[in-house]
Amino acid sequence: MQAWKRSVMWAAMAAAGAFVAPADLGAQGTTFTSIERGKYLVQAGDCAACHTNPGGKPFAGGLPIATPFGTIYSTNITPDRQTGIGKYSVDDLYQAMHRGVRRDGEYLYPAFPYPWFTKITRDDVRAIKAYLDTIEPVQQADRKPELPWPLSMRVVMKGWNTLYFHEGEYRPDTGKSAEWNRGAYLVEGFGHCGACHTDKSVLGGPKRGERLQGGDFGEHWYAPSLAGGLREGLGNWSEQEIVQYLKTGANAHSTAGGPMGDVIRHSTQYLRDDDLKAIAVYLKDLPAPEGARGSDEAKANAAQAYARGKAVYVDNCTGCHMEDGKGLADIFPALAGSSAVQSQNADTLLHIVLAGAAAVKTPEKPTGFRMPAFDWKLGDDDVAAVVNYIRHDWGNRAPDVDSREVAKVRDEVLKAGGASSSGG
Amino acid sequence: MATRNDPVDVVLVGFGWTASILAQELTDAGLQVMAIERGKSRDTVPDFATTHIQDELRYAVRNGLFEEPARETMTFRNSKDQTALPMRHLGSFNPAAGVGGAGVHWNGQCWRFLPSDFVVRTHVEQRYGKDFIPPGMTIQDWGVTYDELEPYYDRFEYVCGISGKAGNLQGTKQPGGNPFEGARRREYPLPPLERSYGTSIFDKAAREAGFQPFPCPAANTSKPYRNPYGVQMGQCTYCGYCEWFGCGNYSKASPQTTILPVLIGKSNFRYKTLCNVTRVNTDASGRRATGVTYVDVNGREFEQPAEIVVLCAFAQHNVHLLLLSGIGKPYDPDSGEGVVGRNYAYQITSSVQVLLNEENLNPFMGAGSLGQGVDEFNGDNFDHGPHGFIGGGYLALWTTGGRPILQQHNVPEGTPKWGAEWKRAMHENYSRSVSIATHGSVMSYRDAYLDLDPTWRDAYGNPLLRLTFDFHRNEHDMSRFLTDRAADIAQAMKPRAMHKKYRDGHYTILPYQTTHNTGGAAMGADPRTSFVNRYLQSWDVPNLFVVGSSVFPQNPGYNPTGTVGALAYWAADAIRTRYLKSPGQPLVRT
Repeated sequence: MQAWKRSVMWAAMAAAGAFVAPADLGAQGTTFTSIERGKYLVQAGDCAACHTNPGGKPFAGGLPIATPFGTIYSTNITPDRQTGIGKYSVDDLYQAMHRGVRRDGEYLYPAFPYPWFTKITRDDVRAIKAYLDTIEPVQQADRKPELPWPLSMRVVMKGWNTLYFHEGEYRPDTGKSAEWNRGAYLVEGFGHCGACHTDKSVLGGPKRGERLQGGDFGEHWYAPSLAGGLREGLGNWSEQEIVQYLKTGANAHSTAGGPMGDVIRHSTQYLRDDDLKAIAVYLKDLPAPEGARGSDEAKANAAQAYARGKAVYVDNCTGCHMEDGKGLADIFPALAGSSAVQSQNADTLLHIVLAGAAAVKTPEKPTGFRMPAFDWKLGDDDVAAVVNYIRHDWGNRAPDVDSREVAKVRDEVLKAGGASSSGG
Repeated sequence: MATRNDPVDVVLVGFGWTASILAQELTDAGLQVMAIERGKSRDTVPDFATTHIQDELRYAVRNGLFEEPARETMTFRNSKDQTALPMRHLGSFNPAAGVGGAGVHWNGQCWRFLPSDFVVRTHVEQRYGKDFIPPGMTIQDWGVTYDELEPYYDRFEYVCGISGKAGNLQGTKQPGGNPFEGARRREYPLPPLERSYGTSIFDKAAREAGFQPFPCPAANTSKPYRNPYGVQMGQCTYCGYCEWFGCGNYSKASPQTTILPVLIGKSNFRYKTLCNVTRVNTDASGRRATGVTYVDVNGREFEQPAEIVVLCAFAQHNVHLLLLSGIGKPYDPDSGEGVVGRNYAYQITSSVQVLLNEENLNPFMGAGSLGQGVDEFNGDNFDHGPHGFIGGGYLALWTTGGRPILQQHNVPEGTPKWGAEWKRAMHENYSRSVSIATHGSVMSYRDAYLDLDPTWRDAYGNPLLRLTFDFHRNEHDMSRFLTDRAADIAQAMKPRAMHKKYRDGHYTILPYQTTHNTGGAAMGADPRTSFVNRYLQSWDVPNLFVVGSSVFPQNPGYNPTGTVGALAYWAADAIRTRYLKSPGQPLVRT
């Protein structure tokens, strides 16, 4: 508890301007243990996922991030003094993470997840800075965001912040256990899980009251609900299964690919078991949303209503996912009871059926199983039929998709080079 | 002028089963390893995906995964008084090209050889006398024993997730397994595959005929599996597309499904594809390999320096490379001297076609090594005295699949090859017939060998390899005997009709028989009759190793991959624990 109080006090003092940190304060913390802790926290924050461009130097930025408003490029956070953040003090970094404001006073865009990082304590920011100071400086200028006016003016973010941003370090809930609070700190702060798993408004802000109930990642990936629902959420997952998923990339329910595979690859596989357990404890405490669909009414006979989809399924899918939709535990994901299959938004399913997917490789599960692409083999009608079938057999329930949605995903995913067109 | 690359510790020629094993083990030992593969990079998805791999025309008929004779081939003749001609189409055997090698397109029949196979000359002489070995037969002991290889067989089987039933656990016979096998330290990693109807009928008939049938060891997973490297495999779906195809379900052991997920991505491992190694380079003394020369797909030549060179290509290609490189003394059939190209051997196969009264055998539900076998007539499991031949083989009923174009064509003798009558016979017999296979050994002979062709050259201007081989009376007699024993079992099935398909006459390069080519760089205890010592290290060039079936001194009556894998682990262990302590030194002194 002591650490929490201290950090709250730090924050209060900083906010009130009552305490001016010397610019070189960070240097005091650069002991081995604090660097190691910073490295761990940088992994917990999944910083590399955006700040390391595949094929580029670590943390030198340059990764294009597509948003509904335009493309933003991740920045250079190496200690290079001209192009990186070498001139940043701990306070400068804290201000960026806590308030979304750069060292030069300009507003950051929330593609940088400061709405979550604001919860991170100053102690932890100091450790992060200590670690970032040790990585190889890379001279690489940041690319300007490609945003239309008026979004191209950073000051516009001031208004966005008024609407959506709630500044403030994490405040422990004294009614909950230390483990729960640690989990909340990691999920709502470092992990910035809600950046994907919470639905966004048209302005890209998190929708109130729909916290972690599933959201659109973009690029036709849907981040399913992490709340307690049985169909769409983690209601069927045990704490241990959540830990296993985040540590190894797969469990009896699901296998991580796509953007979540990247999160596990860069971030959660490195987290300590006690931190993963804390995350699980926190997530399992999220209530099922009101009106969450349970064992609701079904179409009288799914097999009959979805006969065409079942035929496509038997011909193309049973080899791995099996006739009973249960897959092979830890190897081929189950479709029966799957929250990814039963999400309201079917984008992930359509994406995977059309373009295939690769399971994340971790030391525990190094295989990297891959599902092949079916874009070259199945037409829009067949993709819709098979997706609707798996959303309705074995007790599954989810809204139907139609072939126009398939066509849209096909067009956009394939245009982006997403499919591996394996048939040839 | 060749471009010189940065040196590595180990260069591997080829990137199939043996190279994958060597690379995994030697990178674990901290060495910088590079594999050079002539074919393409390949992986389960997208290359063997279930969306398209079950295509008999593309892969089995049009040879989708094999080497292309237009780029690389050999010449063939039956005897040295003939003029060899180039093999312009693949025929009796199908080497692979591409990452994973033939480990991608094999059936997965993964056997151990018998303890007596490794000491065949000593054993035969002791039991039957020296005169029992016919003149011209050049069989020899391997220089390594079954007991020494047992831990490495075990290692390979657990990497592959072999499905089977032990017949001999640490010397104790186990009901239901092969009672003739050498002692194994533990059970197979997975239980046997589910039986097909055909193998059940065979099992019953073989018991009635007095034999002890058992499920053949299968590199097709009967259950989901996780191997010692942590790599996982799915469960076989019995789709019937193993041999000539890659597995789309991660169920058939191959480098891709067992080793490559943990090998590729290691910082001390690299591989190149579409690059043909054309020479092993040696220094002025000829006693030390300095690396290899290879040509990329654009015809550019590179030199890859290395401290250790390991030949991991297909059997004949290893020998071809040694001959082109002038390493070791080429074999001379007239004098019987020389070792490179000596003791080439093949295998002899036959079958008995059985038309049954039973219906619905559903042969399309199969797996590459779903079979029930009988081992009473393999190796020296029976008294050869009355028969006068050496060697043997197993009898088995395999349900590898029921593919329509080339595979399941059991029609009565005399049926036309096409037309309405052929269709009627196919329709009547497709699901009411089986075939019992015999898989026989071939001994090595003075007049069966590999050398460089004096006339024909390859795309790089190098002489083609020349194969001189024919079946001998010993093998014809043995194969006829095996075929008759298979017919005994067929008879016990109470068939409508049966047809013995003996392997008579000269060996021909057509039709397909088996890809099990062996020898040419034999292992042994005597440098006058072997190219590598018991650790697969060249006698002449101690930093050169040869792995794969090219080191077999003769060819026993089993599929070779189990022994190829065991020897690769054995050699890798010798390099790690012995050779690296005194690099450049021979591991066996003569």
